[in-house]
Amino acid sequence: MYTQGLDQLGRSELHVPTAETAALEQGFLARVDREEKIEPKDWMPAAYRQTLIRQISQHAHSEIVGMLPEGNWITRAPTLKRKAVLIAKVQDEGGHGAYLYSAAETLGVARSDLIDQLLAGTAKYSSIFNYPTVSWADVGAIGWLVDGAAIMNQIPLCRCSYGPYARAMVRICKEESFHQRQGFEIMLTLARGTREQRAMAQAALDRWWWPSLMMFGPSDVDSKHGAQSTRWKIKRVSNDDLRQKFVDVTVPQADFLGLKVPDPDLAWDAAGQHYRFGTIDWTEFNEVLKGNGPCNHERLAARRRAHEEGAWVREAALAYADKQRNRQASAA
Amino acid sequence: MEKMQRDWPLWEVFIRSKAGLEHKHAGSLHAADATMAIEHARDLYTRRMEGVSIWVVKSSDLVASDPGEGASLFEPARDKVYRHPTFYDIPDEVKNL
Repeated sequence: MYTQGLDQLGRSELHVPTAETAALEQGFLARVDREEKIEPKDWMPAAYRQTLIRQISQHAHSEIVGMLPEGNWITRAPTLKRKAVLIAKVQDEGGHGAYLYSAAETLGVARSDLIDQLLAGTAKYSSIFNYPTVSWADVGAIGWLVDGAAIMNQIPLCRCSYGPYARAMVRICKEESFHQRQGFEIMLTLARGTREQRAMAQAALDRWWWPSLMMFGPSDVDSKHGAQSTRWKIKRVSNDDLRQKFVDVTVPQADFLGLKVPDPDLAWDAAGQHYRFGTIDWTEFNEVLKGNGPCNHERLAARRRAHEEGAWVREAALAYADKQRNRQASAA
Repeated sequence: MEKMQRDWPLWEVFIRSKAGLEHKHAGSLHAADATMAIEHARDLYTRRMEGVSIWVVKSSDLVASDPGEGASLFEPARDKVYRHPTFYDIPDEVKNL
């Protein structure tokens, strides 16, 4: 599940071309322009490398933290089938995190350093996972809306200029489709259920609609360094374009469910062939991103606890591997 | 608590998607030993029946060509177009050639 704010650049990622690398740089940009993929051992500008390390690792963190709100419902899924599906989905999210950490590692960083950044609270992850899942319908809404928004964001990344990231995204996109469809099916079942179940579905849509729109990140006018990422073909479609596309495909799906999108300004613009929607509350977005969302503290605490409680397993596995190796060596 | 500094080593994973096809690079993962690497590769890269066979090799044991040397490494093949069948002009009336 991808995510906003993660393609915003930090200071170390601001690119300043220098005289000594000018020729290399020209060759690099020419390759990017020809749609050639950049591979790990190829020369790349330092800022390109830093941008990718941050974006890919924070994307990976989002997948891992994203396991928490849904994992919360595994023991309470309403049927055995739903439980099996949810376990498979949460396992996929863990897998997506692992593919992405691997892609980040090709740029010369250690996975343990990236995880330390997450646990120390210095790395970002998608703010959507700082919202609570208070009812089973939220599991449906996450699959339908959050994974739907993630797919919109991730499909253009399959064409991004960095080979290992693009390849990881192809694999992830193939798997996300199941996530979105199972979520929509949960919503459909509730929408066709009792009055209480329909109300649950509506309440979940009310909770997740706006945070899902925020997943596409700040408006293009406020997106400071989008141009550089676009030049490098890391970012291929603007935040606002993706957000509009998401609204256009999702509103008819809500209509099909008989649910109401919680936006009084939402209207079909026949001339422009788009749904026009209301203003996003960017104050809320910025607060959640800063760490003041409803579940920021809980999510990081859960990750830290899991990391600490798993330490003995990581150590024991290494000790066992050492022992086996020593035995083989002395037997030989 | 004493902090364990050593990470599990990195492994490259190759998957044969079905009998008759070659193993293909799927990605990488961390594991303490080869047995665990195979099991993790199963969980990470074949959750949807994508494979019938797995190879794992420690990333540190892979030797790769240097992209910086790419031009000179592959240069010998560049001017040998006569290695391709399309290099030869054969009249159209000659069949099965």
